[in-house]
Amino acid sequence: MSFKNIKPQTRSTILTYAIVIVAFIAVTVLDAAGFISNSLSGQLVPICAYVCLAVSLNLVVGVSGELSLGHAGFMSVGAFTGVIVAGCLTRLGLESELLLFVASAIVGALAAGVIGFLVGIPVMRLRGDYLAIVTLAFGEIIKNLLNNFYIGVDDAGLHFSMQDTASLGMQQGTILINGPKGAVGIDKVSTFVIGIVLVLITVAIVLNLMHSRDGRAIMAVRDNRIAAESVGINVTKYRLIAFTVASALAGAAGVLYAMNYSTITPSQFDFNQSILILVYVVLGGMGNIWGSIISAAFLTVLPELLRPINDYRMLIYAVVLILVMVVPHLKIYQRAADALRSRFSKATPAVAAEGGEADE
Amino acid sequence: MSKFSEFAEARRKNTKMVPVPSVSIMPERDLGSSPALECLHLGIDFGGLKAVDDFNITVGKTEICGLIGPNGAGKTTVFNLLTKVYAPTRGTIMVDGHDTAGMNPARVNQLGVARTFQNIRLFNSMTVEENVAVGLHNQRHCGMATSILRLPHHWKSERYYHERALELLDIFDMTGLASNEAGSLPYGAQRRLEIVRALATNPKLLLLDEPAAGMNPSETAELMENIVKIRDQFHIAIMLIEHDMNLVMNICEGICVLNFGKIIAKGTPEEIQRNDAVIEAYLGKQKKEVEA
Repeated sequence: MSFKNIKPQTRSTILTYAIVIVAFIAVTVLDAAGFISNSLSGQLVPICAYVCLAVSLNLVVGVSGELSLGHAGFMSVGAFTGVIVAGCLTRLGLESELLLFVASAIVGALAAGVIGFLVGIPVMRLRGDYLAIVTLAFGEIIKNLLNNFYIGVDDAGLHFSMQDTASLGMQQGTILINGPKGAVGIDKVSTFVIGIVLVLITVAIVLNLMHSRDGRAIMAVRDNRIAAESVGINVTKYRLIAFTVASALAGAAGVLYAMNYSTITPSQFDFNQSILILVYVVLGGMGNIWGSIISAAFLTVLPELLRPINDYRMLIYAVVLILVMVVPHLKIYQRAADALRSRFSKATPAVAAEGGEADE
Repeated sequence: MSKFSEFAEARRKNTKMVPVPSVSIMPERDLGSSPALECLHLGIDFGGLKAVDDFNITVGKTEICGLIGPNGAGKTTVFNLLTKVYAPTRGTIMVDGHDTAGMNPARVNQLGVARTFQNIRLFNSMTVEENVAVGLHNQRHCGMATSILRLPHHWKSERYYHERALELLDIFDMTGLASNEAGSLPYGAQRRLEIVRALATNPKLLLLDEPAAGMNPSETAELMENIVKIRDQFHIAIMLIEHDMNLVMNICEGICVLNFGKIIAKGTPEEIQRNDAVIEAYLGKQKKEVEA
């Protein structure tokens, strides 16, 4: 059985996993050989986090076909919940860094998933631009709420206030979240290996969901809502499923991101962050998972690679973005892409034979 | 006399009795079972316009019923009412004896009404097989967690969707197209795929909106055979909107003619062909003055 004869769906799935695993091996080897600069190795975990975010947002934007502009909001819900869980567990005396991360990531994902579900219930009644506006507002609301959260932990348990740290009334506790100053003193437990594992889990969840009964229903709603309803698919339910799963995955990615730094602030998770993730998805291709992975990794690394020519790097970043948008519409690129595609997929004689009827 | 019976008698005296639509005609073989579809006083208003008014019809359990009428008569609106794309302003729709009041389109489909669309609505970016698999959505359940974890039940379900989809596609000899993108199919094949997808939902009543539109005579002849074959094989009722009178008069057992949102005639093809109101609706009024 040659690579050409495999179903296109299976082929792209294999390709997606292969990209992640090859990237992991390549980076590990290069790191061991000392080819990876300090600034770049500092970017490895954020790259993994952004890949997770791009893949999960692709589930909403590409697979479900809804424009969501609040993905950073779900990321921050996960990040801050994860930090609180980690803080509590550390206080309880949990030593293992891996367990600490896993527990934080699971609770972070659950929290983001629940928030996603609650936001989704009213939001999923809206369509198109209205949905984009509401999700945008949600991202801002979360950011501003977190700016006013003061959370600490001591022997008596968790303390919460929306005024200041003094009003927490703790004797000898640790302050976990300090309003606009954000979360401080985070255990930096995220590693590249954990990041890659989370990427693989995210990709597996999204791909397995896409290629299943529920995934087909989600895509059917995207392709034609009225037709999907006419074959008995509960449209709201499947839009909500896609939105909730994507939120939960964004929450887990947020935990990975937060635990790579000692401090995170709510203002990091603003509108620009949401747009950045959306850019990864759009450039990688709607509904194309491996495209999201590559574009997220590439566009996160690019500013770092361009650091030597510091004055021009944002200029070049912008030019690259524009090129990626313009090039696919050039005739010469389309011809090259068609040639490539026909090389890698078997011809479809059935349609060619019946093609004559198409004009009717 | 007690107070209650006074009230009852007053009420009885004030009750005005009106004629109600009776079961019009139905194939004799379907008399024993409840009709696939029964509409009573069905109507919808768009603003001041009565797009459909006082629409009464009974479709037998295995009847092929035609819905014809000039352009703009409200035929597709009737289909949209039956599938709850529009909520009816008045009237009742009974599908296999169940009232569909308050149901959404998805629920009506689960009750047993499937349809095709006048302007084809396929899931264009998905393959032909996936389109049918979406139609099979409610025929076999497989939870999200099961699918994400790829448990054995997921694979069994996928095999079921695959095999059943190919079986259904075989009705129209379309198994060879299974892995093609639906949007890339020729027009006739897209129309046939829509029928297969509708059949996949295991309907009791299949609504076909201009199934022969854009087909050449030989394709239409094949389609006619297939519609009868589907009815015989699946034992379902089929209601179709069609402008091809050859198709309608050949395969429909009962025909209902609609003009300006109202039924102007109901009957067998022979009766409809002789009906003056129908001829008038299609060809216009004969000028009697000229004769006189």
